[in-house]
Amino acid sequence: MNSGIKKLSRYRRHRYAGPALLVVALISLGTTFQVASALPSTTRMETTAQSTLIEEGKRIFAQGCSSCHGLNAEGGSIAPSLIGVGAASVDFQVGTGRMPMADMSQQAMRKKPVYNAEQTAALAAYVASLAPGPDSVNEAQLTYERDGNTAQGGQLFRTNCAMCHNFAGQGGALTQGKYAPTLMGVDAKYIYEAMITGPQSMPVFSDKTITPEEKLSIIKWIKAAEKEPNLGGASLGRVGPVTEGLLVWSLGLGLLIGIAVWLTAKAK
Amino acid sequence: MKKAERIGGNVASYVDDRTGAAKWLRKNLTKVFPDHWSFMLGEIVLYSFIILLLSGTFLTFWFDPSQRDVIYQGSYEPLKNIEMSASYASTLHISFDVRGGLLMRQIHHWAALIFMAGMIAHLMRVFFTGAFRKPREANWLIGVGLVTLGIVEGFLGYSLPDDLLSGTGIRIAEAIIQALPVVGSYLAFFAFGGAFPGHVFIPRIFTVHVLLLPGIFLALITIHLMLVWYQKHTQYPGPGRTEKNVVGYPLMPIYMAKAGGFFFIVFGITALLGAVASINPIWLYGPYNPGQISAGSQPDFYMGWLDGLVRMAPPIETHAFGHTISWNILIPGLIIPGILFTLMALYPFIESWMTGDKSEHHLLDRPRNNPNRTAIGAMSLSFILVILINGGNDIIATHFYLTINQIMWFTRIGVLVIPPLTFVITKRICLSLQRADREKVLHGRETGRLVMLPHGEFVEVHEELTAAQKFTLTQHEQPAALEVPSVDANGVLNPQGLKGKIRARFSQAHVEQVAAPTETEAKALESGHH
Amino acid sequence: MANEMSNEIAKFQDPGLPEHVHRKTDVDPKAADRAERQVAILFVLSAIFTVVAIYSYIFIPDDKFFFLPVMGDTNAHQLLLGIGMAFALLFIGLGLVHWAKMLMPDTEVIAERHEFRSPDEDREDFVRTVKEQAGAAGLGRRSLIKRTLGLALGISALTPLVMLRDLGPLPKKELEKTSWKKGTRLVTDPGDRPIRPEDLEVGAVAQVLPELVEGQERTLADIGKDAVLLIRLRPTEFQLNAERLSWTHDGIIAFSKICSHMGCAVALYEQQTKHLLCPCHQSTFDVTRAAKVIFGPSARPLPQLAITVDADGYLVAQQPFTESVGPSYWERSS
Repeated sequence: MNSGIKKLSRYRRHRYAGPALLVVALISLGTTFQVASALPSTTRMETTAQSTLIEEGKRIFAQGCSSCHGLNAEGGSIAPSLIGVGAASVDFQVGTGRMPMADMSQQAMRKKPVYNAEQTAALAAYVASLAPGPDSVNEAQLTYERDGNTAQGGQLFRTNCAMCHNFAGQGGALTQGKYAPTLMGVDAKYIYEAMITGPQSMPVFSDKTITPEEKLSIIKWIKAAEKEPNLGGASLGRVGPVTEGLLVWSLGLGLLIGIAVWLTAKAK
Repeated sequence: MKKAERIGGNVASYVDDRTGAAKWLRKNLTKVFPDHWSFMLGEIVLYSFIILLLSGTFLTFWFDPSQRDVIYQGSYEPLKNIEMSASYASTLHISFDVRGGLLMRQIHHWAALIFMAGMIAHLMRVFFTGAFRKPREANWLIGVGLVTLGIVEGFLGYSLPDDLLSGTGIRIAEAIIQALPVVGSYLAFFAFGGAFPGHVFIPRIFTVHVLLLPGIFLALITIHLMLVWYQKHTQYPGPGRTEKNVVGYPLMPIYMAKAGGFFFIVFGITALLGAVASINPIWLYGPYNPGQISAGSQPDFYMGWLDGLVRMAPPIETHAFGHTISWNILIPGLIIPGILFTLMALYPFIESWMTGDKSEHHLLDRPRNNPNRTAIGAMSLSFILVILINGGNDIIATHFYLTINQIMWFTRIGVLVIPPLTFVITKRICLSLQRADREKVLHGRETGRLVMLPHGEFVEVHEELTAAQKFTLTQHEQPAALEVPSVDANGVLNPQGLKGKIRARFSQAHVEQVAAPTETEAKALESGHH
Repeated sequence: MANEMSNEIAKFQDPGLPEHVHRKTDVDPKAADRAERQVAILFVLSAIFTVVAIYSYIFIPDDKFFFLPVMGDTNAHQLLLGIGMAFALLFIGLGLVHWAKMLMPDTEVIAERHEFRSPDEDREDFVRTVKEQAGAAGLGRRSLIKRTLGLALGISALTPLVMLRDLGPLPKKELEKTSWKKGTRLVTDPGDRPIRPEDLEVGAVAQVLPELVEGQERTLADIGKDAVLLIRLRPTEFQLNAERLSWTHDGIIAFSKICSHMGCAVALYEQQTKHLLCPCHQSTFDVTRAAKVIFGPSARPLPQLAITVDADGYLVAQQPFTESVGPSYWERSS
């Protein structure tokens, strides 16, 4: 008999052979899935020095967006019209990677952006040229550290945002598989633009009903919540009693029953 | 040692002079308790109760139950200058400005969750082993009372801080009260001192949570333990164990050490959870405002099943003669839970009616040896689990890429389909486990070792069980089905009639078992082999 | 032997308690000493952790955070106080259990159960005594006493119940009224700013409350009835009858924010589907059809507030709500 096979068969009945095999299978399955589901990288576009921003945007649009949104951004059966959505919408959707949409499921997901900052600006300029709409927000406007009030932002957040995005901005479920995404790790610019453009299921929060100062306060509160350490220990997701209940049954009772088994076992 | 003995002796004399307790103490210090890990689940509940009393008392030294409006001036910046109730503000104060305050709040809440989880686990152990049979029916009833009151106590407890999440729960409770026919709006206005939310509800539930219910708990737990003490604990079947004895260890010193030690362990694990796992971070929820709500609002798990039931209710209300009855609230909120808890409370009596069993039981059943009861228990658990899933359907949907609508429909249909399915599957599993036991006793344990016989046949070596193992697997009683004859010896029709027939039918279903092997059979087999 | 048929079916016999197996600590004094040392170490560890807890409480400032895997930024004071307390308790427990397991006698003891049932003569004695003594009370014979005692006791229970009357006011018409009246302006929540139609884009929502009358305070109870959600659609998107359409203004529609199911705030507006979702029990309302219930347990649509524009161009209510807001109750007629 081959000595290699003999060695392997020696460990076949080892106490930990089963669990070890399970761990190996799980790791290979997980890694394979991760690799297979990674998005393919896209080729970079080139801008020529001569193109104006709008022309460049039109060119990129024709290549990457018109198949769903129509050659003149008029929309169609599978995508809405972009006429009048404004530069802010484009900056938000393209900047957060939601557009172009990877799969036509219920909702565009935040993901790694396909277009870089110049390309996004070009697209935004093009769409803005079609009809008037909300302008992109620039960094200079986002003076929330100075002009925002955290406590007031929290009040505004709980009245206007928490019902979809959860009390700590962790996100929440909508109907039919749609969801309000987490607000953690989102650029202040995109939060602001989302409020003024109302992307997908999100409604619009007009500047008269929530003033720009109030919007800055909301952003300040979100940033504070993001940076706030969990005072009581590990946060369990900041989603409330569901994860707390899971922990008590698994770790809490589990540990206690394990100790009870040890306690009543006969000593050797 | 001599000095200690002398002092001990003096103390004992002092007490005995005044109470005559020597004989009683001696008897009870040597009381025997059987040892099994599943008997410690009740201890987890008892010790959690003590931890709740201790940590709760600590919290009451700082908590202000008043609902009067205050402007927050404490150290938590994101709520500075926000208007809130004094109860919320004092909870923030405990969390941020009292050293050890947050730790104690967390220990208190984790202890409450362990208290409820332990009660449910203990209830399941008592149910599946048949420990509720005569003479322990009263203890079962007290236990059902305790678990019901525990749910209320926990709900009131986490509602005290008057935060957005728990305030929403109170709103829902108020809607249930308001939905009661005829008296609903009156009871709601009495409970809340006017329109919701008012200013008196939190102070009132504070009294219930801190005084009334703990008092009732103390009384019920005392009676519960006294009954266990007096009736002696049940034990699992095994060699040397009969219906007429208790085999185990004496209270002093072994049980004192083990049970006392387990108290410290439960306290330690609870404190560990309080130290490392954040629970109920009310400063993130914000103060309660009826115009605000958070996505993913749920009650604590022991009420999650109720929430799930309410979510899946069909939208039925009747309007007649100028009045409304909200069946969509009353049925899932009151009627179904009422039926469930009533059936649970009455189960010992239902089972003894089904079996006609009036004898005392001190030996526990292995769950497989009572397939019908085990299947009923599994069915009830599956019911609770299905509706519990619906209670968390929004959290499940966002984390597992499902839709709340899918989960709602799955549970609406599942709640009708899954329990009967679970019943049938569980009963079959129990019966086949009994069959496996029977095979083991008669033919020995399969060792997995193969032996090749001289003429080429492969056989698996079976190892005969020891006498102790054989006894343990066959010790259980297997009563016959009740027979209710339709006519007696003289041809007179049985007046019990239909009721008797139903009872006999249930009894038949209940005693479906695989016959345990007997020594006679084993001997017959043996002689056959030779 | 092989063919002997016995009429007796014999169950397996009880072999009795198994032989007691001695532990290492029972036979080997060195093992016993080791076990004693182990128990002692556990107790000492507990004491050390108590010191850690007290030290943390007094000396560690409560605003220092440090990073731990899984837990993230952790508060040092909180963690060490908690761990100190937890392990102080845990090690006492582990020590006690280890002591019991290793060093205390582990020979199983048998105690007899006694039948609970009293002997028959005791039972008869009891019954006789109760009959005699109860008979002495004379209740059986003196039915007048029995009946009047029952009356007195029964009726005396009513007083404490009646004394609960002042727990709260009678509901009267409270549940039917809100602060909304004809001409009440809609103001933002928070902020209390009145709103013009042109302030809202198509697809916008606003949380609104009724404008406060001069000198009046707004309570949470007011918010719990008055909270309204303002939504702007395109007028063509409505599927309303003529009356309900007249309650809207240029595509702007207003609903009570208090769920008609159990009173949670309904404000999850899905801009594309025009559905409102209540997060408590997932009742879903279709805004284009006057908040008709399309999914979930709510049995009634959300009450719609009729709005229009006043002389200054601000949005105002045309009239109070035409039905009660919030959850149903017995006296509600629809």
